[in-house]
Amino acid sequence: MHLLRIALASLANRRFIALLTVVAIGLSVCLLLAVERIRSEARASFASTVSGTDLIVGARTGSLNLLLYSVFRIGNATNNIRWESYEALARHPQVKWSVPISLGDSHRGYRVMGTSEGYFEHYRYGRKQSLRLSEGRVFASDPFEVVLGAEVARALGYHLDQELVLAHGVARVSLVKHDDKPFRVVGILARTGTPVDRTLHISLAGMEALHIDWQNGMPARGAARIDAERVREMAACSEDQLCAQALQPKAITAVLLGLNSRVATFGLQREINQYRGEPLLAILPGVALQELWSLMGVAEKALLLVSLFVVLTGLVGMLTAILASLNERRREMAILRSVGARPWHLALLLLLEALLLTLAGILLGLTLLYLGIAIGQDPLQAEYGLYLPLRIPSSYELTLLGGILCAGLTMGLVPAWRAYRQSLADGLSIRL
Amino acid sequence: MSDPVASHPAPLQSPLLEIDDLGFAWPGQSELLDIPHFALEVGERVFLKGPSGSGKTTLLGLLGGVQKADRGRVRLLGRDLGDLSAAARDRYRVDHSGYIFQQFNLLPFLAVRENVEMPCRFSSVRAQRARQRHGSVEQAATLLLERLGLDPDLHQRRADSLSIGQQQRVAAARALIGQPELVIADEPTSSLDADSREAFLALLFEECRDAGASLLFVSHDQSLAGLFDRSLDLNQLNRALRTPQV
Repeated sequence: MHLLRIALASLANRRFIALLTVVAIGLSVCLLLAVERIRSEARASFASTVSGTDLIVGARTGSLNLLLYSVFRIGNATNNIRWESYEALARHPQVKWSVPISLGDSHRGYRVMGTSEGYFEHYRYGRKQSLRLSEGRVFASDPFEVVLGAEVARALGYHLDQELVLAHGVARVSLVKHDDKPFRVVGILARTGTPVDRTLHISLAGMEALHIDWQNGMPARGAARIDAERVREMAACSEDQLCAQALQPKAITAVLLGLNSRVATFGLQREINQYRGEPLLAILPGVALQELWSLMGVAEKALLLVSLFVVLTGLVGMLTAILASLNERRREMAILRSVGARPWHLALLLLLEALLLTLAGILLGLTLLYLGIAIGQDPLQAEYGLYLPLRIPSSYELTLLGGILCAGLTMGLVPAWRAYRQSLADGLSIRL
Repeated sequence: MSDPVASHPAPLQSPLLEIDDLGFAWPGQSELLDIPHFALEVGERVFLKGPSGSGKTTLLGLLGGVQKADRGRVRLLGRDLGDLSAAARDRYRVDHSGYIFQQFNLLPFLAVRENVEMPCRFSSVRAQRARQRHGSVEQAATLLLERLGLDPDLHQRRADSLSIGQQQRVAAARALIGQPELVIADEPTSSLDADSREAFLALLFEECRDAGASLLFVSHDQSLAGLFDRSLDLNQLNRALRTPQV
């Protein structure tokens, strides 16, 4: 259409201001989309962290705290569960499977989790997906075997058969290292997009072996030390009950439970919460996840609101630029009138201009977003465990973009109306 | 899209343009124009002397139908502009008249050719006439530009890259494309030197004759008046200025 050609040429004639306007809108659109995308991806990966587990049991604490340390590896347990309590739970007739979890050590900032082989069998994430090994096997009878999460292996460049030393405690810089008992990598898990990727998995026996000679929270010295070879011998002598029991943990951090029937969940939860042996807490992962997300929902909505306002600012900038140009373009308008453009043509011309600027801004915003994701994908995954896929815009994002386009058009109505009025007053010739 | 009543003139009687008992005042001001009678015949070239402040611009606005007369009639091709709606007046103006203004009346960011073709984009009547006579709007623009002495290599250039004299010839081509019955020129030569002024006028006359268009030439420069069929003074024509307001 001819008006479109005129609008494009006129914008090209004012390309510096037009470009700045487009950049302002583009940046704001990119911000909005980035916030929205991180929001939705965070929620999705959040909700898919754990599934297929009916109850999580830990020492009595807040349900969020239990969820955070047992599933997200955030924060620490305040207390442990005695091994006897775990055995009682595992024997319960309603319990189909139970997986003990023991936390507290780390390796270069990544958490170490002691667990049983059942973990690899029963843990589910996303849509009931089970863990898969990308290389090697799960740990077996040797207590000093470790299975790495995908992110750990990738970020630290570890491969099978590599030896590594675990550190006591979860601080990034640890003063006490278990350097007398190195672990060997026997397996690497496939990527899940959950905290599992950032975890090192060892057997409970391995976890126990690390601390077997510890006294009063400090490693033993001199003759009291028990080295790795001695531990291996202890683990191997299965007929000698006494020495095998030495590697049996006395306490664990949490238990994941699968039940025979989901109907029994609430009954068992109540039963565990009233357990007489020690104060325990059982939570339903789904409910706790929901609770946690609703807590973050306020911040999330505030963030979205702020970025919506930033977009509005960008559009107001466009309005300012167009309105400011109107006066110096009175001659252009008068010339158009003299060659036959009617006042509504001029209004349409300015509306088109607003539409083109907004559209260009949106396209720039999308380009910046995808560029940003392509560049930031790996650091985000490594630092925050947030995986942003390079996918086409969701229907919600398209709705947002459509809304921005409508807002831009609405803004365009203001200069369009002014140009209409102005052209009626100025007529065909204007002497400036 | 075109309203048959608005776009087609009534059966042609002479004159082409006729003003009867025209009166106009801007809101809140005393009467600026009071013209008992003025007529422009078909094919006629009339020089209208109008110094600044004589209501010249307002008169052109009334002839173009941008403003509406307070009283009296402006008839173009036998149709009273006052009878038409604002939109229909706009359309009627473009269909039947072309304008040349002082300098800077091209859109600087469009190509020379695009500037010339513009009336045909807004008026289907003029586009159709251009096609009938030259085959296509593009062809008509090329031909007109060449006849006005603008080489083909200039046609795709940005309008503001041309000299003032060249730009005025482009404006003339734009006014003439699609053969409007009336060409109105408002001080088109004021920015040209004396030699190019006469050369420009000679070209304009020739093209108007060729297209069968009448020419209303408004200027304060009396020295050109002798080249026209007839010369009038707006101050004589306009009673509002002759009778001082008390």
